[in-house]
Amino acid sequence: MPVLEVKNIEKRFGTTHVLRDITFSLEEGQALAIIGSSGSGKTTLLRCLNFLERPDKGSIAVRNELLFDAADPATQQEAQVRRKRLHFGLVFQSFNLFPQYTALENVTLACKLLAQEQPDFRTGKACILKEINERAYTLLEQMGLSERAGHYPHQLSGGQQQRVAIARALAMSPDILCFDEPTSALDPELTGEVLRVIRSLAERRTTMIIVTHEMAFARDVADQILFMDGGVIIEQGEARQVIDSPRQERTRQFLSRYFAG
Amino acid sequence: MLAAVTLSLLRGLMTTLELFFLTLLFALPLGLLISFGSMSRLTPLRGVTKGIVWVIRGTPLMLQILVIFYGPGLLFGLPLLPRFTAALVSFVINYACYFSEIFRGGIQSVPAGQYEAGQVLGMTRPQIFFRITLLQVIKRIVPPMSNEFITLVKDTALVRIISVYEIIWMGESYIKKGMIWPLFYTAVFYLAVNGLLTLLFGRFEKKLSYFR
Repeated sequence: MPVLEVKNIEKRFGTTHVLRDITFSLEEGQALAIIGSSGSGKTTLLRCLNFLERPDKGSIAVRNELLFDAADPATQQEAQVRRKRLHFGLVFQSFNLFPQYTALENVTLACKLLAQEQPDFRTGKACILKEINERAYTLLEQMGLSERAGHYPHQLSGGQQQRVAIARALAMSPDILCFDEPTSALDPELTGEVLRVIRSLAERRTTMIIVTHEMAFARDVADQILFMDGGVIIEQGEARQVIDSPRQERTRQFLSRYFAG
Repeated sequence: MLAAVTLSLLRGLMTTLELFFLTLLFALPLGLLISFGSMSRLTPLRGVTKGIVWVIRGTPLMLQILVIFYGPGLLFGLPLLPRFTAALVSFVINYACYFSEIFRGGIQSVPAGQYEAGQVLGMTRPQIFFRITLLQVIKRIVPPMSNEFITLVKDTALVRIISVYEIIWMGESYIKKGMIWPLFYTAVFYLAVNGLLTLLFGRFEKKLSYFR
């Protein structure tokens, strides 16, 4: 049974048709890479999954729970959208860390705010907060950042900031972790350290959707690849197959630009 | 003589400072409210707010003081507001409009990614505003705010037009006795107050410099 099922998503911005009839599913523990040129709708698709954009048509279901259906207004109530977002984590291209908080505080902030809503928060406050801090620290350790926990974002390199952002997203224990071009804002030297972290997450069978321009990385790390062009899914399939022997002419054209040299 | 003049100027300074602090007390929250209006998604509300801000920023404060003091009586036969109250009301309205534009600039300069990061982490709108945006806004508006505060100290001199006895009025009253220096002497008091403000703002800015 797939953990994520996306059906017939359509999205327009004014007269521009950004997404057309997007349908795909994702199995638990798998990594899906979305590739395609700029403006192909990859980022918009991720933003729809995270409820930052509202699709005009289609539906999104996680573990058989219908989270969004354009035809059913009951699924679009603002108050519930907030909870639904927690099924997904999102790592942004530009990190978007909170500058006034340390790395550790960036990771714990949302967890702490959410914990405050638990009925037993008052009685077990100290214990709950301690747990959250310890977990955040463990996550930072996993990202190789245990020595940077007390640093503010501006004191960290881009690669370190992005790894904090990944820890921050993981702290909410999302069902599906989404990456929106996680290395596009990084120097080539810093790209590697972020890709290594994502690779280790894949090895631990974290369910992920990765929008990326790193073709070799997508081929090695992703289980599935989805190639988009002009808001349409042109081709999807097993990662090596799509990269090594694409079936569609448009995919071949796109990939040849990456592997020409 | 110097002691007597200093004492009477200090009395004037009290009025000046009273006007200064009361204006801030009311104009800062009102300004935040107006800034929300000018960013509202409701077009009519946004239009009305922007219209008001345009009128207030587009006319002299001195004129506004006169209109608020004499207007209700001349137009509607209402009793005059006490002089100090009329002065305070015009200052609050005027400064709230300027503050609102500073707040708007500050709020809109926080990158959309900050809101989105909060949303994606399941935070509510108020949580995002108070825990993420607010401090970043404050940091950005400190320099323009220090300008406004300093201007406000000096603008209080305008209220002598409706005979509120602030420091310039006190200094000027010595001219009738053939003394011009007390008027010039008032500058020392303005400089002292604004020097203190500059110092405080500098400290505050430094305090917020731990992040970028």
